[in-house]
Amino acid sequence: MSRVLVRKGLRHLGAALITLWLAVTMAFALGRLSGDPTSNILGPMATPEQRDALQAQLGLDQSLVVQYLDYLKGIVTLDFGTSLQFYQPNLDMILDRLPFTLQLVGAGMAIAVAIGVPLGVLAATREGTWWDRTASALALLGQSVPVFWLGMMLILLFAVRLGWLPAGQSGSWQHLVLPAVTMSLYPMAHVARLTRASMSEVLREPYIDSARARGLRVRSVVWRHGFGNASAPVLTIVVLQAGALLSGAVAVEYVYSWPGLGQLALQAIQFRDFPLVQAIVVFGAITFVVLNQLVDMLHVAIDPRLR
Amino acid sequence: MTEAIETGTAADLVRRPGLTPQDGLVLEIEDLVVQHRRERSRELFTAVDHVSLSIGPGESMGVVGESGSGKTTLAMAATALGAPGTGTIRLLGRDLRSLKRAELRALRPEVQVVFQDPHGSLDPRQSVRSGFKELRALQPRRTDWIDDEDLVGRVRLAPDLLDRYPHQLSGGQAQRVCIARALMMRPRLIVADEPTSGLDVSVQADVLELLREARRTTGASMLFISHDLAVVRSICQRVVVMYRGAVVEQGDAEQVFARPRHDYTRRLLAAMPGSRWRAGR
Amino acid sequence: MTQLDAKVPTIVATEHVARARRRRRTSVFWLALPLVAIAVLVVVLPMTGLLADPRQTDLDNTLAPPVFLDGGSWDNPLGTDKLGQDVLAQLVVGGRLTLFIGLVGALVAIGPGTLIGVLAGYCRGWVDLVVSRLIDAQLALPFILIALAVISSQGSSLPVLFLVLALTGWAACARVTRSVAMTLRERQFVLGLRAAGASEPRIVLRHVVPNLVGTIVALGTLQIGTAILVESALSFLGLGVVPPDISWGAMLASGQDVLSRAWWVATFPGLAITVVVLLVNLLGDALLTHHDPRKRRR
Repeated sequence: MSRVLVRKGLRHLGAALITLWLAVTMAFALGRLSGDPTSNILGPMATPEQRDALQAQLGLDQSLVVQYLDYLKGIVTLDFGTSLQFYQPNLDMILDRLPFTLQLVGAGMAIAVAIGVPLGVLAATREGTWWDRTASALALLGQSVPVFWLGMMLILLFAVRLGWLPAGQSGSWQHLVLPAVTMSLYPMAHVARLTRASMSEVLREPYIDSARARGLRVRSVVWRHGFGNASAPVLTIVVLQAGALLSGAVAVEYVYSWPGLGQLALQAIQFRDFPLVQAIVVFGAITFVVLNQLVDMLHVAIDPRLR
Repeated sequence: MTEAIETGTAADLVRRPGLTPQDGLVLEIEDLVVQHRRERSRELFTAVDHVSLSIGPGESMGVVGESGSGKTTLAMAATALGAPGTGTIRLLGRDLRSLKRAELRALRPEVQVVFQDPHGSLDPRQSVRSGFKELRALQPRRTDWIDDEDLVGRVRLAPDLLDRYPHQLSGGQAQRVCIARALMMRPRLIVADEPTSGLDVSVQADVLELLREARRTTGASMLFISHDLAVVRSICQRVVVMYRGAVVEQGDAEQVFARPRHDYTRRLLAAMPGSRWRAGR
Repeated sequence: MTQLDAKVPTIVATEHVARARRRRRTSVFWLALPLVAIAVLVVVLPMTGLLADPRQTDLDNTLAPPVFLDGGSWDNPLGTDKLGQDVLAQLVVGGRLTLFIGLVGALVAIGPGTLIGVLAGYCRGWVDLVVSRLIDAQLALPFILIALAVISSQGSSLPVLFLVLALTGWAACARVTRSVAMTLRERQFVLGLRAAGASEPRIVLRHVVPNLVGTIVALGTLQIGTAILVESALSFLGLGVVPPDISWGAMLASGQDVLSRAWWVATFPGLAITVVVLLVNLLGDALLTHHDPRKRRR
């Protein structure tokens, strides 16, 4: 059995490396779509000399193939280049800001799971009732609201009107509450919908009836047998949603002046700090490919049917 | 591989490797092996295991065996619709493997297939009439087409069914439309893959009668695949018994069923429901 | 399934199918109706002259409250923003651009996505292998990373926004159309047509694609919602629609600065986005369950 697992693991690793390479190459290609980013960085007023200097600094005067190989080499040696506006290594700045974003994503995800899963189970066990319909409606609503707008509305209510919580910046746990709640909405809706779908499918399986017939209590049937078997897709979506969550994080960090990666990315774009943007994109891409592959491997470890 | 046991009178039509090809054979299969890779485990398994058989003009050959014995894989390979495998397949004397893509396409109308699931065999977005029309358009130079009304009449359907869509047809009606679609191509060989097992028992007999009549009037040969021995016996002159991909017995249908030589055939016969024999229809 | 269906007398089966169809058609109708009404409204209303000029600034009348609050007037039913521009007029005119971006944004994602998905699902082999890897890589990249990469090299403009929407939207669509094309490819009517001598391009164009239309329409509808949300987020960050162009996302950006003093500037466009996206998502869900050939065999 363990040899099968090792072989599976190796195959996953191979697939992960290919996906990683593709994602990183996509990021490179997207950054070079215009051919020459310097005109966009310097604006229309730049002299040819300035442009040449910047091109030399960024290595853009070389052929695309050389640039691409340098780029890959940088990634492998964890050299993500130097920022144009801060004159610091990009990786250092990213790692400085990362904890803030992780805090936000982690707290948001925790809330999403803590509320979304029970909501989904509730809806599945009471299929077709008022509970079910309300939960489903809430979930659909959660996927239709622009998250940052929800953030603004929460600020309006809890910070401006009621004055219970701070409207922005970081520092204490109070500062984390509103942004985390805002972040949690979209994944919560997703988790709830998926839990409901996955649960109601499992609850129709004969072994649930047979567990009931053996006299097990309904609650333990639902949680042990039902949720145990329904949890794999939920786990997937939790990790995959982290990607969507990062997308949301940029706008949410902006609304709450939260000093995370998203703010850094926005600053980088506003100052046309091309190397920093590229570093953030590549860093994010690597993180997500690795996360995805971890989920896949975790699945194999949890679910005996996939072996 | 199990050596096939020859039974009965039609043995002269069976092709053995090494003999010169006989003229006029409609389908000749020599030493066909088809392997599939399983979806999950990726292991190879042999669906068709060194099968040889041949069908002469106007002849009808039954293939029986339990599900999973490789009957459908054999039929799909023989009609160049599925995995080709290794070995030789000659349709109307032409080696399928040597044909160019366009030549193969030109040859295809000579062999028509009637599938098990009549609704799955019809495009849900096409009425019966426009389906016929499209088939005619595939061979624009041909002039010997039967017209729509005549065609549905031959499969005992009312002309007003022509403007219906597949979901508005019953299973039996849809299967008749499929037979009509096969007949209009005037094929030399009709491959029927469990054509009645998706149908209501009361309609099965009608559809079988239709197939029998079609063969009589067109002179087409038939490869009839079924797990139902009684059905095969009622429609086929010769029969091939398949077990786990290999042919275990072949020969004259009456002989095989009356005096089975292989254990597996005996077991199949014993498993038939009801009386030991139904009167030959 | 089919075996069971075949035993149901035809008349009953047809009756049953017809009734179910009618029911689905009504729900689709009642979801599509308000959307069409909104679209007609934002297109027609500015032509009637009933609205104020959305770009007319009035520095004596900035941040005027809506009519239902103290100090509000019918001159600016939903109040004014920090430049004294009429929020209602901006909402209507901004709706034009937002809905346009939603529609075109969905089209540019669905078009290539469908093409690639059908090709991969129908041809299988190495094409499928390459496409599947590409889809995986694409789905592993959060949309914001792609948006950042493109916008940092291209700047922000409407064509760049569409490029971002195409690059981020094609994979989800390709994944679904690929799997549907794969199931269609195994259907017996495709084999039957091949046996009749039909060429592969003919089978794909005349039989596989038409059977995919329902799925594509449903996916496209859902993609409209996504495109509107992406537009609003990017415009809000100043990376999408920027003044003097007006969209709901751009309105949110201008409302952000004055949130604590004038809630109405950001609230109304946000509500508009939510309502439209909710309707679009409901409609897309209804269409998807209606058309998925895997859920409905006959």
